[in-house]
Amino acid sequence: MLEINNLYASIEGKEILKGINLTVNPGEVHAIMGPNGSGKSTLAAVLAGRDLFEVTEGSAEFLGNNLLELSPEDRARMGLFLGFQYPVEIPGVSMVNFMKTAINEQRKYNNLEPLSASDFLKLMREKKEIVEITSSLTNRSVNEGFSGGEKKKNEIFQMAMLEPKLAILDETDSGLDIDALRIVANGVNKLRTKHNATIVITHYQRLLDYIVPDYVHVLYKGKIVKSSGKELALELEEKGYDWIKEQY
Amino acid sequence: MTKIESLQHELVELYTNNLAEISSFDNPLMNNIRNSAFESFKQLGIPTRKTEAYKYTNLEPYLTGLEYQYDLSPLSLEVNLDDIFHCDIPELATQIALVLNGFYYRHNRPLNLPRGVILCGLAEASVKYPELVQKHYGKYADEKADSMAALTTMFAQDGVFLYVPENVVIETPIQIINVGYSIKNIRISRRNLIVLEDNARASVLFCDHTMCAKSFITNSLTEIFVGENANFDFVRLQNENSNSSQISNTFIYQKAGSVTTNNTLSLHGGLIRNNIFVKLDGENAASNTYGLFLADSEQHMSTYTYIHHAKPHCTSDQLVKGILDNMATGSFNGKIYVDNYAVKTSAYQRNNNILLSGTAKMNTKPQLEIYNDDVKCSHGATIGQLDTEALFYIRSRGIAYTEARQLLMYAFANEVISKIKLDALRERIIEMVDKRLRGELAACANCNIVHKN
Ligand SMILES: Nc1ncnc2c1ncn2[C@@H]1O[C@H](COP(=O)(O)OP(=O)(O)O)[C@@H](O)[C@H]1O
Ligand SMILES: [Mg+2]
Repeated sequence: MLEINNLYASIEGKEILKGINLTVNPGEVHAIMGPNGSGKSTLAAVLAGRDLFEVTEGSAEFLGNNLLELSPEDRARMGLFLGFQYPVEIPGVSMVNFMKTAINEQRKYNNLEPLSASDFLKLMREKKEIVEITSSLTNRSVNEGFSGGEKKKNEIFQMAMLEPKLAILDETDSGLDIDALRIVANGVNKLRTKHNATIVITHYQRLLDYIVPDYVHVLYKGKIVKSSGKELALELEEKGYDWIKEQY
Repeated sequence: MTKIESLQHELVELYTNNLAEISSFDNPLMNNIRNSAFESFKQLGIPTRKTEAYKYTNLEPYLTGLEYQYDLSPLSLEVNLDDIFHCDIPELATQIALVLNGFYYRHNRPLNLPRGVILCGLAEASVKYPELVQKHYGKYADEKADSMAALTTMFAQDGVFLYVPENVVIETPIQIINVGYSIKNIRISRRNLIVLEDNARASVLFCDHTMCAKSFITNSLTEIFVGENANFDFVRLQNENSNSSQISNTFIYQKAGSVTTNNTLSLHGGLIRNNIFVKLDGENAASNTYGLFLADSEQHMSTYTYIHHAKPHCTSDQLVKGILDNMATGSFNGKIYVDNYAVKTSAYQRNNNILLSGTAKMNTKPQLEIYNDDVKCSHGATIGQLDTEALFYIRSRGIAYTEARQLLMYAFANEVISKIKLDALRERIIEMVDKRLRGELAACANCNIVHKN
């Protein structure tokens, strides 16, 4: 589904990603862990098409397409979803209007008619339940004045609406209390099928108690320095990131 | 001689040589103040970049370079009202009147207005209701405040007169359509007078259109008197072709407890300059001045406000937002003036602008003159670009770049549009702004007065 080969990326001449290799197949859950500043968010942003970063070398293929050549919107329409570490507040754009536009743009891309108003509302209602979002949130402007937890839930809600094939969730757990964490993780688990895949980026092992990964990778100084099964997360938890820093 | 000086010269000559004809239209009261306006005009001259209030509005390229005619009497043009009134908003069931090239159209349809309400041409009113007109005409406008106001008064022969007697409430809004329509380039001057007596209530929608691709230079001046506890709400939709210029002066005079809300939407036009003067001359009066302008190509749109708090306990609120693309330029010059005895004043002002291109330019300048300590006052101005983080966030949900931009521009504009109180009108304006921002039609959806970008 996703095949990243020797990927290098930099910002303002500063190299952040230094040769990433990663393969993700349908049905898999990958966790990417690593200390702050390792380049986890950069990797996610590069995959989603943020043009702030310049790819200097390597390739990334998504469902057989050259991902790096596509606009962010085309990547999304093909089924790539990024759950932002810091979701952006957009005053004046209502959640409802935002989601309606997104859904219909995706449908247009797939040669489908726009959703009727009632079908859209039904879909919203259904998906809101997955992340236990109250209706008042969707009546507000996108993320405006949302608490940290509400923003993260809102990311998963959008993911539920768009039903991506590959979701990259960037620190969706950070700043969440245990209840919110459980809700978010449950949401992700409910959306799992054998056809889609998830990359969970996290700093802490905690989330992985709820979303059990098939693979754990450690990203450090722009490189994946360790890859293993879920037991790697526990080992990291026990030994701390210093254990990685000492080795690399 | 500079181009502006020769234009000045030309206008002075035109006035001097044609005074008899200008004065021959049936408007004795209007004639009375022409000469003093002429003196002001000669003294002040056409504003240049050296004129403080016009520092960022260079009139020269818009006002000179082409030949214009002045129609000194109303053209005997016949227009099809059905075509023009297509612009109306059916859900609003408005009373509509046409003003053609500055003259109240002779064949306007009969209006259905409450008892005592007068809506007619100003010239007609000055003959039919001389005491009423005399009591107010020329009392609120200050020709010395802006030479273009003086110029308007020199040449204006007609315009609209609206009178709402004490305690009368007009439920359905009145729509006044100003149309420029000619086979040659022309100058248009018009003066409007609106009087709301105590406790009266009315709302008016002004639509300014050019109906052909000719170049129109419009000077307009509107005086508005709002009596005690009266409420006047007006929306102004400026939608003219890129060859045309409009300089408009609005003078609002408010008595105690009165409220005015003015929403100016400048959608299209070569040059649009709006000067808005408000005098709050009674306690607990409130003034809301809102504006949205959308400028592209080489258009210039500029707002000048002067809010004078002359009595205690008054409130003023200003919000002007602009989106500028290509080589467009704009300016906002907002003054709040608080007299020493105008205690317990609340005065707010905000101007936010988005530049869509690296070549668009905006200048913004708040000016506060406050002569007492007991005042709540705030002001702020920003000039920025569309938020790139927000753009990426929206696109990452599969929304195309152009649509993402549209969402953000619309969200920006909507803060002003949402202040329009009438639902049907607001809906229609949302539609028009949306189209305008898409670079599609810049005119009313059903209207054949269309300006393509
Ligand atoms: N917009 C930016 N401008 C400059 N440097 C950046 C920017 N974004 C990230 N970086 C740098 O890239 C490196 C990796 O950051 P990031 O990908 O956010 O790490 P992580 O998500 O693993 O904490 C850091 O050194 C950070 O300072
Ligand atoms: Mg990060």
